[in-house]
Amino acid sequence: MALKYELKQKEVWDGNMAAAHALRQAQVDVVAAYPITPSTPIVQNYAQFLADGYVDGEFVMVESEHSAMSACVGAAAAGGRVATATSSQGYALMVEVLYQASGMRLPIVMTVVNRALASPLNIHGDHSDLYLGRDAGWIHLIANNPQEAYDMTLCAFKIGEDERVRLPVTTNQDGFLVSHTAQVVKPLDDDTAYKFIGEYKPKYPMLDTKNPVTYGAQTEEEWHFEHKANQHKALMDSPAVIKEVFDEFEKVSGRKYNLVETYKLDDADVALVLMGSAYETAMLAVDKAREEGIKVGLLMPRVFRPFPYNEVAQKLKNVKAIAALDRSMPMGTTGALYNEVAGALAANGQSAIMTNYIYGLGGRDTTVEHILEVIRETEKNAKAGKRVTDLQGFINLRGPKLSFN
Amino acid sequence: MKKIGSLKEFACTPDRFQGGHRLCPGCAHSMIVREVVNATDDDLVISTATGCLEVCSAIYPYTSWDVSWIHVGFENAAATISGAEAMYKALSRKNKLYNEDRRVKFVAFGGDGGTYDIGFQSLSGAAERGHDFLYVCLDNENYANTGGQRSSATPLGAHTSTTPRGRVSYGKKQKKKDLTMIMAAHGCPYVATAIPSTKHWKDLATKAAKAISTVGPTFINALSPCTTEWKFKPEETTEIADLAVETCAFPLYEIEDGHKLKITYRPKVKLPIEDYLSRQGRFSHLFKPENKWIIEEWQKQVDEYWDYLQRREEAGV
Repeated sequence: MALKYELKQKEVWDGNMAAAHALRQAQVDVVAAYPITPSTPIVQNYAQFLADGYVDGEFVMVESEHSAMSACVGAAAAGGRVATATSSQGYALMVEVLYQASGMRLPIVMTVVNRALASPLNIHGDHSDLYLGRDAGWIHLIANNPQEAYDMTLCAFKIGEDERVRLPVTTNQDGFLVSHTAQVVKPLDDDTAYKFIGEYKPKYPMLDTKNPVTYGAQTEEEWHFEHKANQHKALMDSPAVIKEVFDEFEKVSGRKYNLVETYKLDDADVALVLMGSAYETAMLAVDKAREEGIKVGLLMPRVFRPFPYNEVAQKLKNVKAIAALDRSMPMGTTGALYNEVAGALAANGQSAIMTNYIYGLGGRDTTVEHILEVIRETEKNAKAGKRVTDLQGFINLRGPKLSFN
Repeated sequence: MKKIGSLKEFACTPDRFQGGHRLCPGCAHSMIVREVVNATDDDLVISTATGCLEVCSAIYPYTSWDVSWIHVGFENAAATISGAEAMYKALSRKNKLYNEDRRVKFVAFGGDGGTYDIGFQSLSGAAERGHDFLYVCLDNENYANTGGQRSSATPLGAHTSTTPRGRVSYGKKQKKKDLTMIMAAHGCPYVATAIPSTKHWKDLATKAAKAISTVGPTFINALSPCTTEWKFKPEETTEIADLAVETCAFPLYEIEDGHKLKITYRPKVKLPIEDYLSRQGRFSHLFKPENKWIIEEWQKQVDEYWDYLQRREEAGV
C-alpha cells in the first residue's frame, strides 16, 4: 500500500511537479516512460515518489519512447491504469503507437510538455508536437499553467477511462514556460483526488485469462472503415462526458473548466483565439487594449480534440474580426487553429473576418506588447468591415517582414 | 514446469492455437507456435510482432488464439509484452488480479525481421530490464510476409528479393547475425535454439517448457524453414529443419545464465553442408562452378562454429 503524501493547501510547483503529483494521486498501475527535455522531471519526480514509498504501481523505464508507448499499450490492454509523459522528438517517435493506443480504445494518459520539433534542434516550447498528434485519435486537453496541468491530468483519467469514452488522453503544457515555472498550486488531498478519479474497470482485460481476448487484429477493406468510424464517434460523443467530469471537478476543487474558455468575449468586436501559456499573456494584452477602447476578448479551446466547433462558433457569433494564433509552423498553409475556427464559423454561416498569426516557435518570447499589436491590427479589419491586414503574419520574427495573403 | 511426456500425450493437449489460420501449407511457424503454447499449463498472454504469424492468425472477425493475444507493431513485441507483464506484477502487488487462482505467463513471438532487425532494440531493452517472459523468434531467415526480402538473419549466398542472384551477384554477401549468442550475452537465464521436427519435437517442447517456467527473460531462436521463400516442397519442412541440424548449419543447444552452454543434440555423422543447401531453391545458384567457393566458405563457417560450441561446452564457460 502506497504511503499518503501530506500536501499543503498551497504548494509551489512547476508544471512538471504538478503533473507528477497528479500521476501519483491517480495510483497508476503502470507508468512506462523515457526521459526527454522538458518533460524529464515528471519521470524523475515519479521515480522519487516510488523510491520513497508513495507509489505501489510498476514504473518501467524503457529504452525509447517507442517502447514507452508500446509498453503502455501492452499494460493497458492487460487491464489497468496506465500513464506516461513525453515531449517533442519523443512524441514523434511514439506516433505510430499513438494510433494503436486509440484504435484499441485504451485510455492511457500522457502528460505532454510541448516542445519544438527538429530540425533545427530546439528544446523550448511550442505546439509542433501537439499538432503532430492531432489526428491520432486521442483527446487533447490544454493546460496554461501548473495548476491547470495538475487539474487536467486528474480529469484526463476520469474522462478517458469512462466506459462511454474509452480513449487515450493527452494533457498539454508549454515547455519551460509552464513545465519549469513554479507557481502556487492548490492540490486536492490524496484521498479526495483518488476518489474523484475513481476506480478503473477495464472492459476487455487480457489478464482476465478465463476470457481470452484478441487485440490488434487485422481488418481490411470489409471492416477497417467501420472500426475507424466507431472510434471517431467515440471522440465526437466524448464532450458530454468531458463536461460532466469538469462539473464534478468543480465540486471538489472549486475550479471551473469548460470545453471552450473565454475572456471578456461577451461584448467583443475583436477576438483572439489561442491556447497555452500565451493565453495568459493575451489576457493582460486584452486589459490594456480595452483601456485604449478596443472591445477585444479571447477564446481558447480547452479541448483541442475533439474540437468543440459548435461551441467555438457560438461564442464567436457576435465578433467582427478574429485572429487565430498558432504556435507551430503550418508549413505550406494556414495554421491549425485558424483552419479549425474558420471551419467552425463557415459551418454555422458566420462570416467574421479571419487572420492567422504564427508566434512563439522554439520558445520565442511573445510579450503583452506583441499581442497588443495583433489586437490593434485585428481591430483594423473589424472597423473596415473587410480584411485590410495580411492573411498570415508572424509575431516577433526577425529579418525582413514576412507575411502571406 | 510442465513435464513433457509422450508425443501422443503432448499431441492431445487442448490447442491454444487453433487451425483455420492462413499460414502457407507447410509453414513451420504454426508447428513451432503450437508446441510452445502447449508446453505450459499456465495461462498465457501473448504478443506478436507484425509478420506472417500475425497477419495470418487474427484477421477480423476471426482469431486463431485461444489465449489473450495482442499485436501492436513490427518493432515492439517485446516492449508490448513487457508492459503486460508489468501490469501483472502491479495488480498482483495491489491484490487486484482478475483470476486469483490462475498463474499467467508471458510470451512474445516475432519473425527474424521483427527480432534480429527492427525489433532488436525493444527485445534488448526488455531483456535488460529483466521482465519475466519468453521471446520466441520464428527465424525463417527473410521477410517472408512482405515477399522474401533479406534480413540480418539471411545466411550467406541466399537469394532473396532484395539480394537477388544475378549476372554479377551471388545473393546475400553477409553471413547470418548470431542473435542467440547476443541474447545469451544479455545474461538471460535461459537461451536456446530449436527446430520444428518430428525427430526433435521433444527438444523444442522441453526447451519451451523450461523457458516458460524460468523466472526472467528467456529466448528461443527457432529455425522456421519457409517453403515459400526457401523454395522447397511444403511436405519437406521438417526434413529441411532436420538437415539444418544434421549438417550443423543450425545446431541445437541451450545456454543457462548467460554462459552454461549445453549442446542438446549431436549428429552421429555431421553431413556435408551441400546436403542442406542443395535442397533449397534459394541456394541453387551456389552450385554453379564459379560459386563453389561460397559453399566452401559455408562449410568452413559451419565447422568453425560447431567446433566453437563444443569447446565452449567442454570448457563450461
